[in-house]
Amino acid sequence: MTQEMSAKEFIARRIALELKDGDVVNLGIGLPTLVANYLPADVHLMLHSENGFVGIGPVPKDIPPIGKPRLVNAGGNPVSILPGGSTFDISTSFALMRGGHLDAAVLGGMQVAENGDLANWMIPGKNVPGMGGAMDLAVGAKMLIVAMEHTSNGEKKILKKCTLPLTVKNRVSTLVTEMALFRFRDGKMFLEETAPGVSVEEIRAATEADFTVSDNLKEMVISQTGL
Amino acid sequence: MKSKRLEIEQVASFLRDGMTIMYGGFMGNGTPPRIMQAILDSGVKDLTMIGDDTAFLDATKGPEGVGLLIRNKRVKKLITGHIGLNKEAQRQMIAGEMEIELSPIGTLAERIRAGGSGLGGVITPTGVGTSVGEVKMDVSINGQKFNQKQTININGRDFLLELPLVADLAVLEAVKADAFGNLVYFRSMRNHNPLMALAGKTVIVEAHEVVEVGAIDPDLIMTPGILVDHIVYPA
Repeated sequence: MTQEMSAKEFIARRIALELKDGDVVNLGIGLPTLVANYLPADVHLMLHSENGFVGIGPVPKDIPPIGKPRLVNAGGNPVSILPGGSTFDISTSFALMRGGHLDAAVLGGMQVAENGDLANWMIPGKNVPGMGGAMDLAVGAKMLIVAMEHTSNGEKKILKKCTLPLTVKNRVSTLVTEMALFRFRDGKMFLEETAPGVSVEEIRAATEADFTVSDNLKEMVISQTGL
Repeated sequence: MKSKRLEIEQVASFLRDGMTIMYGGFMGNGTPPRIMQAILDSGVKDLTMIGDDTAFLDATKGPEGVGLLIRNKRVKKLITGHIGLNKEAQRQMIAGEMEIELSPIGTLAERIRAGGSGLGGVITPTGVGTSVGEVKMDVSINGQKFNQKQTININGRDFLLELPLVADLAVLEAVKADAFGNLVYFRSMRNHNPLMALAGKTVIVEAHEVVEVGAIDPDLIMTPGILVDHIVYPA
């Protein structure tokens, strides 16, 4: 990881290389949204917005005032819709999510367990926002990519078992942190890539979960878009 | 044919304390603002509200939606998917002033659709193994009584049995209606509105524009007018 690049940007740049041209993808709020900034020039995604459309486009120049008909994203902020996009009701939108019609979902994480469990929607007694669309997205996307900083103030987040309330069980496909990339197969966790300058021992020391080091362990390569 | 036109002042005649109201919208986008104001102005209280989320508390960021009724303490119970951008809703939940049943949004939508579609329930993988499956509720299956949401294993996979939702009243927002109540929604404003049109015993829509019957191509109608009881015309 280069010194001037934040952990979040590094993670987003790595995930940008996981997605293929033409993929239908839902990017969660926060870190996952950054992924769109680093896609290679020849990769164009059809981005899904859970409030009822695909083809998320940039913020329009002329935003209609609140109270006038307007298109917003799942966070309620004005966006546009690209050619080829389409709109639908919530039942169809969540059928796309739950029914396996999205090639990938990228979600932020609070904790991930070695069996592929994800916790990312609440901290009891502190923040209870509601799960929104996270559980439907996590249960159904063909590929569930979690974007998460490896530790939080020194506290481990990649665990044998999540201690926070779960979002989904056994569904994480890929976990990308600023230290490592893990993949999950048959309920087990494999270290596939290490960030430049980070050793397997350092990753073990920062990880509670048991993982197997892949026979094909590689150094992480990130998207160079805009660098 | 009897006119479906309703003056905004007449909305109050459909309201009573303790009733259940479904409200369209996602982050307030597609929630009928004048009808929400009319509900507040009527003085009705102890409402059970069913809808996607609690929208924005900061009116400069987006519509307040159902937050108007929450802020004014009219809501006794809320069935919703997300309250994260409304600190007042969170405060009332933690203080025990308002009962909140949190539901994954996809599950909420299908429960509404089931309620309006004559289905006995929804069997979904969403929430299996999470706190969503541990919700306390009374349900009788094949004569056996349970006091918790049930997990059902079908051909080796676990699902949650979620029960249908209906409401005394559904309030919708449409960009265009004809005088019979055939509706067209704008972009992301469609969201839960077509599902709630099925699930409300009485359905009132607030339309940005009302055209004469026949002016909308039947193939482009998103909610059939036979579901809509009353139309609030633009101010």
